[in-house]
Amino acid sequence: MKYDVAVIGGGPAGLAAAIKASLSGASVILIEREARLGGILKQCIHDGFGVVRFGEKLSGPEYADRFIKQLRQTNVQVSLFSFVTSTVQDGDLYKITYVCKDGVQHVECDNIILATGCRERTRNGIFIHGDRCAGVYTAGAAQNLVNILGAVPGKKVVILGSGDIGLIMARRLTLEGAKVVGVYEAKPTPSGLTRNIHQCLNDFDIPLHLSSTVTKVLGTTRLERVEISRVDEQMRPIAGTEQIVDCDCLVLAVGLIPENEIARGLKVPLDPKTKGAIVDQNCQTLRNGIYACGNALHVNDLVDYVSESGETAGGAVQSRDKRVLRKIETEGKLLYVVPQRLDVNAPLDKVVMYFRASEELTDQRLTVTAGDEVVFTKNYAKLLPPEMERVVVNFNKAHTLDDFVVRLEDK
Amino acid sequence: MEMVCIVCPNGCRLNVTEQDGRVSVSGNKCKRGETFAVAELTNPTRSVTTSVKTTVAGYPVVSVKTDGEIPKSKIFDLMELCGKIIVTKPLPIGSVVAEDLFGTGVNLITTTDMEETNE
Repeated sequence: MKYDVAVIGGGPAGLAAAIKASLSGASVILIEREARLGGILKQCIHDGFGVVRFGEKLSGPEYADRFIKQLRQTNVQVSLFSFVTSTVQDGDLYKITYVCKDGVQHVECDNIILATGCRERTRNGIFIHGDRCAGVYTAGAAQNLVNILGAVPGKKVVILGSGDIGLIMARRLTLEGAKVVGVYEAKPTPSGLTRNIHQCLNDFDIPLHLSSTVTKVLGTTRLERVEISRVDEQMRPIAGTEQIVDCDCLVLAVGLIPENEIARGLKVPLDPKTKGAIVDQNCQTLRNGIYACGNALHVNDLVDYVSESGETAGGAVQSRDKRVLRKIETEGKLLYVVPQRLDVNAPLDKVVMYFRASEELTDQRLTVTAGDEVVFTKNYAKLLPPEMERVVVNFNKAHTLDDFVVRLEDK
Repeated sequence: MEMVCIVCPNGCRLNVTEQDGRVSVSGNKCKRGETFAVAELTNPTRSVTTSVKTTVAGYPVVSVKTDGEIPKSKIFDLMELCGKIIVTKPLPIGSVVAEDLFGTGVNLITTTDMEETNE
């Protein structure tokens, strides 16, 4: 079979991309490895999704459902339980091989939209020493066990990481009858929203220990205890501060990394800062016809923006204009800026840019310039690395469409 | 007294003072902060999201939420109630699985569409 577009991944980014591409007249196949659409939203049963897009607080499955219902009104061919095993370029076409219930399938397409989401950092990713016992889970694995499979992974739980995922799992496990003995965070400040510290920890008297981390896991077959150490400003464990905490379950909520195995296979250049593909304002990577969106592009904190980037990619695939790419440089205390390129041959009036500050900053000014001209400025009273910022820039104002710089500096 | 508003992700830091039964609130960016602070002092409420068991293939549990807020003190009573509920057929999203929780008029509804194809 031949399609205009193959969307890989049926989470929020892939759903939005497939709907938009189909509405723009493209023939679309959506390839999803799991039994149901929705991606990670299926297991994010807490509320707070969709405030930007729908103006209401939805649970993850409800947010996904709105897009799934919309998708069912389109002609998108959905292939569930389908795992992509290879993607190769053949002239102007891409050939995708995937395995599903019907066996090995081959499809050809003009465009690929990578909506493969992200993965969690694991115990190995943060070098926790000790025994190789059962009972150590990533937060997402624990969430899947509780919210999809209906099984509670432990009775006495230690959580490492105070990001929103860690906080939400602390509450969830408590509600399901587990005792969460503490949430530990290596940084001196909590990473999650203040609101979640209150409604997930304080409401249930769960202690939060800052500047502390798990340095060892101990247990013969099952986890029995963990060693906790205080850490210094560089987040290095301080010798002599070790203490032992009894528990049968360790939940790791220690960060997410964009999933780009397929992108690497297609030799799509990645940005070391975002760990996702380098893209233009239409989410097209440096390889023509390959797009990346959602958490595969960069890890977002709001699903609303994941959907937005999916729509950007899906809405752009029918364009046949030759691209003229210009680099967008960054200066100052910016962790990253997406997009990293500007296609000056494509519409430039509403370019959505996402960025994160590299550290906690106050009284900052963001400036976007083209050559000597300032095309956009915005002031920020406060910027925090865990909170992604979004701006819409009109580059049509610029007389010269080159030498683009995004700069963050003291006001 | 200081408290953090949990109505929206802004998480405003509220300064709450009580004098002669009158509550005054500062630090809130919107009116909901005041309503929240008064409720926290008199009858704190929360919306709850959790899951209940099912006997439907592919759904060991189905996600549910309260369609409004219930008293904070009733959260664990609700969890106990949820432990007794078993869904026995595929329900569309938004189906009521428990009505009028603790006389609040708030219902427990499903948040996943079990009729969605599950190959």
